[in-house]
Amino acid sequence: MARYLLTRALSLGLSLIVASVVIFALIEVIPGDPASYMMGLNATEENLAALRTELGLTGSAVERYLGWIGGMLTGDFGTSYTYRVPVADLVVDRIGVSLPLAIYALTLSTLIAFPIGIIAASRRGTWADHGIMGATQLGIAIPNFWFAMLLVLLFAVTLRWFSAGGFPGWSDPLAALKALTLPAVALALPQASILARVMRSALIDTLEQDYIRTARAKGLSRGQAIRRHALRNALIPVLTIIGLQFSFLIAGAIIIENVFFLPGLGRLIFQGITQRDLIVVESVTMLLVFAVILVTFLVDLAYALVDPRLRRG
Amino acid sequence: MIAVEELSLAIHTTPILRGVGFDIGPGEIFGLVGESGSGKSLTALTLMGLAPRGTRVTGTARLDGTDLLGLSEAQMCRLRGNEIGMIFQEPMTALNPLQTIGAQVAETLTIHGKATRAEALTIARDRLDRVGLSHLPLDRYPHELSGGQRQRVCIAAAIALNPRLLIADEPTTALDVTTQAQILALLRSLVRDDGLALLLITHDLAVVAGMADRIAVMQAGKIVETGPTAQVLARQSHPYTRALFAASAHVPARSPLHVPEPLLEVERVHRHYPGPRQGLRRGPQIEAVRGVSFTLHRGESLGLVGESGCGKSTLTRAILGLDPVQSGDIRIFGRSIVPHMPAGLRAGIQVVFQDPYGSFDPRWRVDRIISEPFHLLSDPPRGENRRARVADALTAVHLSPDDMDKYPHEFSGGQRQRIAIARALITRPKIIVLDEAVSALDVSVRARILDLLAELQAELGLSYLFISHDLTVVRAITDRVLVMQAGQIVEEGPTATVFDAPEHPYTRQLLAAAPRLPMVSEAIT
Amino acid sequence: MTRLPPALVLGAALSGVFLIAALVSLVWVPHGVTGVSIATRLQPPSATHWLGTDQLGRDLLSMLMVGAQTSIAVALLAVGIGISLGVPLGLAAAANRGGWLDEIIMRGNDLIFAFPSLVIAILITARYGPSASNAILAIGIFNIPVFARVARGAALPLWTLDYILAARTAGKGRFRISAEHILPNIANLLIVQATIQFSLGILAEAALSYVGLGAQPPVPSWGRMLAEAQTMIYTHPMLAVLPGFAIVLTVLGLNLMGDGLRDVLDPRLRRGRA
Repeated sequence: MARYLLTRALSLGLSLIVASVVIFALIEVIPGDPASYMMGLNATEENLAALRTELGLTGSAVERYLGWIGGMLTGDFGTSYTYRVPVADLVVDRIGVSLPLAIYALTLSTLIAFPIGIIAASRRGTWADHGIMGATQLGIAIPNFWFAMLLVLLFAVTLRWFSAGGFPGWSDPLAALKALTLPAVALALPQASILARVMRSALIDTLEQDYIRTARAKGLSRGQAIRRHALRNALIPVLTIIGLQFSFLIAGAIIIENVFFLPGLGRLIFQGITQRDLIVVESVTMLLVFAVILVTFLVDLAYALVDPRLRRG
Repeated sequence: MIAVEELSLAIHTTPILRGVGFDIGPGEIFGLVGESGSGKSLTALTLMGLAPRGTRVTGTARLDGTDLLGLSEAQMCRLRGNEIGMIFQEPMTALNPLQTIGAQVAETLTIHGKATRAEALTIARDRLDRVGLSHLPLDRYPHELSGGQRQRVCIAAAIALNPRLLIADEPTTALDVTTQAQILALLRSLVRDDGLALLLITHDLAVVAGMADRIAVMQAGKIVETGPTAQVLARQSHPYTRALFAASAHVPARSPLHVPEPLLEVERVHRHYPGPRQGLRRGPQIEAVRGVSFTLHRGESLGLVGESGCGKSTLTRAILGLDPVQSGDIRIFGRSIVPHMPAGLRAGIQVVFQDPYGSFDPRWRVDRIISEPFHLLSDPPRGENRRARVADALTAVHLSPDDMDKYPHEFSGGQRQRIAIARALITRPKIIVLDEAVSALDVSVRARILDLLAELQAELGLSYLFISHDLTVVRAITDRVLVMQAGQIVEEGPTATVFDAPEHPYTRQLLAAAPRLPMVSEAIT
Repeated sequence: MTRLPPALVLGAALSGVFLIAALVSLVWVPHGVTGVSIATRLQPPSATHWLGTDQLGRDLLSMLMVGAQTSIAVALLAVGIGISLGVPLGLAAAANRGGWLDEIIMRGNDLIFAFPSLVIAILITARYGPSASNAILAIGIFNIPVFARVARGAALPLWTLDYILAARTAGKGRFRISAEHILPNIANLLIVQATIQFSLGILAEAALSYVGLGAQPPVPSWGRMLAEAQTMIYTHPMLAVLPGFAIVLTVLGLNLMGDGLRDVLDPRLRRGRA
């Protein structure tokens, strides 16, 4: 177990290093001067030079990279060029929206997907199965930002149950949750559809295994065999997908936060892009990638909890 | 105790079982024998109420008066594991990999409400002791156990509630002979001590001959002959029984050719693998082959026997030049193939593999499959010439030249093995390596392939290296035999000598474990 | 000929409609999509404008047709990138299982998977300027590990089969075996995966152009049509609904086609039929 954890942790660290190099290279090393990109066409040479100094673009690539990483490790994410405030402050504000949104959406998606995936698998070939498969097929095909617009149209414009966007802050938790509900539903629906299909096929595969037949020979009913043996085995591929979905949720959140005008990390990165504020873009991207890699690591830990074969050694 | 009458079963409209009937008493072992597709496993699953969906069943199967076929699913659930236990062929996959063995044995008790969880674990301990696993703690997981141990766990779970009937469907087919002998002995002692009835289903006549009190021979969904084992084996009143018996003990007519010209020389060959990855480091390396030496002569048929994991497959791959060796030398026709096999040599040594289904690219026609080794020739025949060579090879293995435009899936298992032999013959090699080449075949098909091999050897003066775990087959087709254990050759000699007067303890153990058919002639006279 | 699965027929029909629309739009559209005509803006469906016009007076049907062209072209080229780079990498990894090449390819794959794909796509298009070709590149890069993984996963079990050993004893090298035996036998899976990635590509293209990082004006794209319609969703909801339907139906069609193809091409099912 310790050895497994160690290898996973090492792989986590390695992924982070390579990811940071890639992001750094994309933004700062590949030809094209970031400073002139940020300032646009009308920049004077003095202004550019000043900006380069401010951005720390004066040293060699290696020095700049180490400076950037060192800063990130100590909580210094640089200073936003447009907002003129430390990026770290911006990030702290915005995480309070993005993280709850991602967790909310992931919870919804799991709560929807597990039961319907299990029902579809255990009633394979019936109308319930066909209905669920058809519905999830549709769910996968719907772009989440369009679904978000439809939700706004129905629940905010027509029924007026929810507001069409904005975020009141966490001082009133209920209002905050309410503001996150439509975005979370919009994010969760396509993910739930994918997850339900994975759950179904994993469970069907598991139900064909020899040990299910052994369990049935011991006197377990079909339902008991599913609950006591098949589900936990089917969870292994499902966990992988949940891990991957976190990455999709983060990407989806960038767009959904824009639809609902939520002041989250996604909106921050997007504002950074439109305002050509590369410092914000670079640091927030790294943060998001860190979150995804961390979740992958947590999924690896979950494997070890589920599967004794990984705990060996 | 259990009486099956007129059991018939159809899947959709295709009849699979036709009027199957037998009965088994307490403390009795009943053997149900048949080749693949005879319906023997489906008979067992039907008794358990686990036949696949879409089957229609008629007839009766009374367990002490209760007709199993008339019970509801809920009633069958109460009965399974409780009154009837069952074990299956593949112990490696028969246990839930995520649960401890103790929990899986105890589950039989808890699911029927016969014990609390704590009591169930105590009983599970007792049952695991009973099947000879007293050295294994309850909290072990299946992946930590060998195949034989896992089959014991399955048996412990099946007998946890002392059922009246135990059904064992090919319980030892996936196991090595020595493990097979131990599992069979265990089953026998359970029957004798606990008085349960055992329905033993197998394709192996020798296994039932040594185990069963009474047997039934099944063919195409029907029982063609049944009675006390000795009587059925002695009388063989039904032609199918006779054919099955003859095929099981079949020895092809061979006239061994002895030319003391070494074609293949293996000299002190070592082959090891890097150990399994454990985190960043690798475990200790695995020594698969440790200093093996032998020689194969022209026209000779040399057997290589050993149990799974003994290193015979690794050795085979090294001889075929597919894997490197770490030290030692392999010479073919006097030329060394270490470290790399010279291109010209490969045409002289060809191979036939075990699996008649995995041996061919499903998208290739027979013509292209058989002529693939032409790749080895510097000037391969082309066009009509090539087709003529393929046609010759097909004729040599008693298939029709017209077969060359078909796809592999259009052939039966035996025919596919003939195609594999034709492919091996196409470059006119001197040596053919037969890697478990008849192990996956039914006995009747196996007998005909052995005849074909003997005939080809006589006609073409081939040398065979015959690798197998099956002692009966090795005895039938080889002149000399090598016995391999844990990467080493422990005994070597003329086949008859080694089999009749084995010297090494391991050879003795192997031979003692192998189930044997009583000789027909003795039984009849 | 066996009966085709209904999912395949329905899926091919659905995606076929949009493919044909895209092809037709190359030579003919009901109305030009570059001209702005304030006089005819925001018209309801009529005989001249079957689906009405948008806020700039452009014909909605024509916009959708040309938009199909953009979506399909971007997604198709991105799939092309994924297949042409991913499949050889996957085959090479499988042929050298456990070797350093396999290790490097698979670690690289894991790394790309660890990136939130759309975030990086946004990063690339943001840094190098939004354009259709950058969108293709960004989506295509994430298709590479997908195809590499599918190809490797499907090839690995084949490498243990006896016919591969037989080919090796026939003196064939790994490259030749990969080309002659492995690739034809995993082509089915690759085709199915290609339809799935195609549909994901259409979704990703829509998302990128929705945030303004896909094809640039005046080239119409479904995603940007949605973005532009968003402010008018209260007054003219149809402007937002129609492009969305186009996306959903195309993606649904492709996914159904993938499912249907899987049923037709699955060798296990075919063996059962033989």
